[in-house]
Amino acid sequence: MKSPLNLRNTIAALIVAGLALLPLFSQATGNIFVLTLFTRIVIFALAAVSLNLIMGYGGMMSFGHAAYLGIGGYAVGILAAEGIGSGFIQWPVALAASALFALVIGALSLRTRGVYFIMITLAFAQMAYYVASGLSRYGGDDGLTIYKRSDFAGLINLSSRVQFYYLCLGCLLGGIYLIWRIVNSRFGMVVQGLRSNEQRMQAIGFPANRYRLVCFVIAGTMCGLAGALLANNTDFISPAVMYWTRSGDLMVMVILGGMGTLFGPVLGAIVYLVLEEFLSQVTEYWAIIMGPLLLLIVLFGRGGIFGLVGRLARG
Amino acid sequence: MAEPLLRAENLVRRFGGILATDNLSLEIARGELHAIIGPNGAGKTTLIAQLIGQLRPSSGTIRFAGQDITRLPAWRRSRLGLARSFQITSLLKDFTAADNVALAAQARDGHSFRFWSNARKERHLREAARFALARVGLERRADALVSQLSHGEQRELELAVALATSPQLLLLDEPMAGLGATESARMVRLLAELRKEVTIILVEHDMNAVFALADRITVLVYGRIIASDVPAAIRVNAEVKRAYLGDQHVVTRHGR
Repeated sequence: MKSPLNLRNTIAALIVAGLALLPLFSQATGNIFVLTLFTRIVIFALAAVSLNLIMGYGGMMSFGHAAYLGIGGYAVGILAAEGIGSGFIQWPVALAASALFALVIGALSLRTRGVYFIMITLAFAQMAYYVASGLSRYGGDDGLTIYKRSDFAGLINLSSRVQFYYLCLGCLLGGIYLIWRIVNSRFGMVVQGLRSNEQRMQAIGFPANRYRLVCFVIAGTMCGLAGALLANNTDFISPAVMYWTRSGDLMVMVILGGMGTLFGPVLGAIVYLVLEEFLSQVTEYWAIIMGPLLLLIVLFGRGGIFGLVGRLARG
Repeated sequence: MAEPLLRAENLVRRFGGILATDNLSLEIARGELHAIIGPNGAGKTTLIAQLIGQLRPSSGTIRFAGQDITRLPAWRRSRLGLARSFQITSLLKDFTAADNVALAAQARDGHSFRFWSNARKERHLREAARFALARVGLERRADALVSQLSHGEQRELELAVALATSPQLLLLDEPMAGLGATESARMVRLLAELRKEVTIILVEHDMNAVFALADRITVLVYGRIIASDVPAAIRVNAEVKRAYLGDQHVVTRHGR
């Protein structure tokens, strides 16, 4: 029982160490590309980690999680376009808007279960996508260029590649720490209990949907933060980040890495985005290679890469 | 004390054209062990589902401890002290035995919107869990996952979970289902202990257990109570005998 956990912890520690040392490697070798790639990876890892909270721990298969990337991103972009450049305003607005959106769609979609829940979250995210496409004042379909990154007067300079990378990494590690506390708390026990057996939880006196909704809002808010980071990273926000395939990407990252494990989604994001990057350099039809690869991992590594690791360690 | 702990009045539940509960009235006195029996399809499960809040009755009222609970959801009834065990074992399979019980104790504590400290390290939850597990004789299996427990142990754990909510009324839906002879005997002994502390409604097919344990027995046939009395009277009741022998008369009368 102990040894696979230790192996997993070792892998998690290696991931953290690797991510922390990456800028040094990038500077030593003069390889800027790797830092750019991994900034993106860390941001998507944060989004995947937040999705894992509801999907892996809470058993809520949300197929609309990319909506929060867009909402967080548009909050930053729109405020920047309107001349409000301070991150101290932009970011809280991004988080609040995401939380509010999660609250509303959560309250509506959590009345359903299973396939219906998947479809209704998908539908809401697509609605957000079309609303963003209709914002002609903010670029509509073409998206919105952000001319100046969020300004955190003197605290941190987001235009510095290394500083921005460490900010993203800090948000990711902070998010993971938060989720670690949450899943082991009373609240987390209830949410995981609901995933396991809702009827039983109701019978011992827990109102299921209140707990699910709060969990849903926490995850949405966290993904909104990833959206604010993403907009700053690309200096651009467009409806495309909310498209349903993006939500699918996030789900794949979570499942690939290991649902319901703390670091699984991080590993999933790394593997998925690195593969995408290199395969797309090899061939235009990279998805043809990626698809079967994912299929194999899901088939043979039930519980994702982290699940595979656990079973290999047990022999 | 005159007020019964639970009182169902004129309960009716229809499924389409079928009357699953047919104008049923039932009183459970505080402290008694009240068995509900009846042939398959008699509407026992439907009745229980209404008592615990899984199904709404089409009409009629249910009062518990002096309060109208007819429209309360299951989780609120549980908070009031109405606990249940499931006919088909329904536990958190990927949790340990202790976690299952600790969650029930946690529910009793009020809301669980506590996000920071480790629930598994809260001593009073762990102790409540250990206490409830000890009462059903499972203390040594506390750290086993539910999926590793035997069927008999899972049945006992069902009971421990219900007990950990500190119920006033325990509604046991076929606690002996699928148990072997030795395990059944253990369960009967356990229930004989528990009945001293808590009011129990026992739905059970095992007639030996029912007649050994019950203060009163209610017999349900086609959604109606055909008899409700002490075991000795039920044993000699002609209508009950007919129902259990599958008498044509009863069937056609229901067919109307």
